[in-house]
Amino acid sequence: MTGRMVNISKRWGFHGVEALRNAGTGYKMVMGFFVLLTLAGVAVGLHGLLVGYHHVYGVTREISWGLLISAYIFCVVTSTGLCIVSSIGHVFGGEAFMPIAKRAVFMSIMFMFGGFCIIFFDIENPFRMAIWNVFSPNFVSNMWWMGTLYGAYLVFMVIEYYFLLEQNHTLSRLMGFFGLVVGIAAHSNLGAVFGMLHGRPFWYGPYLPIYFIFSAAMSGGCAILFFTTLGWKINPEIMNQRMERAVKAVTQITIFLISVIIFFTIWKIITGMVSEGKHLVIMSFLTGDYAINFWVFEVFLGMFLPLYLLIRSRGNNFNLIMIATGLMMIGIFFMRYDIVIPGQMESVYHSMGVVEAADMLTYTPSFHEIMASLFGISFIAFSYFAGEKMLNGHQLEKHEIVPEGGYICPGCGAIHFMEEGETEEDAMKRHHRIW
Amino acid sequence: MKFPKINFDNLKNEGTGSVTAQERRKFLKLGLAVAGVYAGGRILSLTSLIGTAHASGGVEFIEKYPYNPHYSMVIRQTLCIDCEKCVDACKSTNHVPDYGYRTRILTKRYTGTLDKQVEFIPVLCNHCNDAPCVRACPTRATYKDQITGIVRMESKKCIGCKTCMLACPYDARYFSAARRAVDKCDFCWEERLSKGKTQTGCSAACPTGARTFGNLTDPENIVYKLVHQLEEKVWVLRPADDTKPNIFYMKGNMRSVDNILREHKLKYLDSEKS
Repeated sequence: MTGRMVNISKRWGFHGVEALRNAGTGYKMVMGFFVLLTLAGVAVGLHGLLVGYHHVYGVTREISWGLLISAYIFCVVTSTGLCIVSSIGHVFGGEAFMPIAKRAVFMSIMFMFGGFCIIFFDIENPFRMAIWNVFSPNFVSNMWWMGTLYGAYLVFMVIEYYFLLEQNHTLSRLMGFFGLVVGIAAHSNLGAVFGMLHGRPFWYGPYLPIYFIFSAAMSGGCAILFFTTLGWKINPEIMNQRMERAVKAVTQITIFLISVIIFFTIWKIITGMVSEGKHLVIMSFLTGDYAINFWVFEVFLGMFLPLYLLIRSRGNNFNLIMIATGLMMIGIFFMRYDIVIPGQMESVYHSMGVVEAADMLTYTPSFHEIMASLFGISFIAFSYFAGEKMLNGHQLEKHEIVPEGGYICPGCGAIHFMEEGETEEDAMKRHHRIW
Repeated sequence: MKFPKINFDNLKNEGTGSVTAQERRKFLKLGLAVAGVYAGGRILSLTSLIGTAHASGGVEFIEKYPYNPHYSMVIRQTLCIDCEKCVDACKSTNHVPDYGYRTRILTKRYTGTLDKQVEFIPVLCNHCNDAPCVRACPTRATYKDQITGIVRMESKKCIGCKTCMLACPYDARYFSAARRAVDKCDFCWEERLSKGKTQTGCSAACPTGARTFGNLTDPENIVYKLVHQLEEKVWVLRPADDTKPNIFYMKGNMRSVDNILREHKLKYLDSEKS
């Protein structure tokens, strides 16, 4: 890489703020909407921080994790999933998956940031966390591992993204591998935060850490499809033969992963029906307060409709894929919500038959909680739209931005640079470590 | 060998009227002992075993408790009259805000019972030996005191993630805005015990002796005596969670308990009878 004087924006396929300025009015309005929503979310969240969360949040002593934790989990699950699915290509060498890597890693970082934005307004003393996580760690706490590993994950993903832009395949691959390992460790720890609470039979057990990993992969596939097909709507040029093949491959794996999650859900319901501790919660899914959440959002929007539509689309019909995965994102959000809230709805004293704990506990998200969640979500949405423009649809195939001495690799679609006296094939082999 | 011949078919039914209350109680106890739910068998083995344990009639008592003084509370459920003096004493002693509580009294209603229709169950932090909250805390803001076994808070380290509140199987924790940390019962360590008092605010305020606080390692102590006996059933809440709690429950107005505690002039004992 020495001696190449290449404009960095060209080198990274970076169109810069100029691209935002040149965007259409409608596009600007969409971005503006999300910027405003982000700012409103911060403002409302900070107001909550100032006056004290217990005045403005709907969470209680018994249901102490509410919408914010659900939204945080939604974000980090999707982030991990994007990392998992994209790693099939750029870490493990599955060629069909390679073209999606850049957008996936970019969105993975943004989802992680969004998640951290949301959790900032849930943790009561976020500033203390930075200090005491380091100086007073509890190595048997899943919460500690989850936070620490996710921090490390974010660092790896950022470095990986840098190397992806730099076309340094060796290091991006290495960082991608570390990111994947740390991400999966972090994510299963997030499952274990729930799974290791003895007093909560709906969560307790190894089910959640395992489920979270598969569920993350499903969310990741869904998110890649959604953001790629939406990107194609914004900028039709991003679709080329390699990208089409990639979408097809991701569609196939997403169909597989939805089936896995259907399988998981069926057994969660069946085993829960015969468990004393879970029975009430499961019945509230089937016929009670959470029936709409479960049947309409989680099962229909989150699993069966996208499964049907994705199979119908055959991986070619991008409009259909976009609709299917867009609805699926909503369904997945409810899946997360349906893990967090119902796990707390049965009071710990319910089984004792006391008057105080006779009824199921209820929770309704407050305005502040909704806005603070929207802060993270709309930040992600804005960064997506900005990223599509500024990073030129996350692709480097446009001829005008291929810098001097570079060429488009037929293998990965990225730009490679030839050393002096090297053929394209040699350069490709060198970049991909094929000897 | 000769067996007496009894013609069972022609025996008259004596009815249950001739069975004395004591005999009936003994019979019930036998059933409980066989079922293994007796004091100790289920209860004391829930506290961490340190040193050797010896068996007595299938019941295990541990010889050494992990802490000294091993603070613990025995709640004699029948004596609780739901006056809530303990809750008030707790609030004023520990400056508990209105939106929170460290202890509360649960009500259990019965139908079809002859003697009474309602029972009151005071609950508080169980100061578990295997405390789930201590494991869950990412910053060790909540910890098990090495000497007393009290589960305490170091408020300045609390980040407010609320994992401990969900980890607790006894709903003993709440987030205190004033402390900017999760707050919980510390057996009045900060406000009373560390200042030389021997009783917690709630146990001192209890007019009936339903809450009995003491040191489980001292054989002369009332909680030791109440727990180390086979006569009356002692239990803990949610034993299946295996947290080894230090709050023990018993019914507590039976004559056998009075016998155990004869030296202790308890508030509920009629001094003329003893």
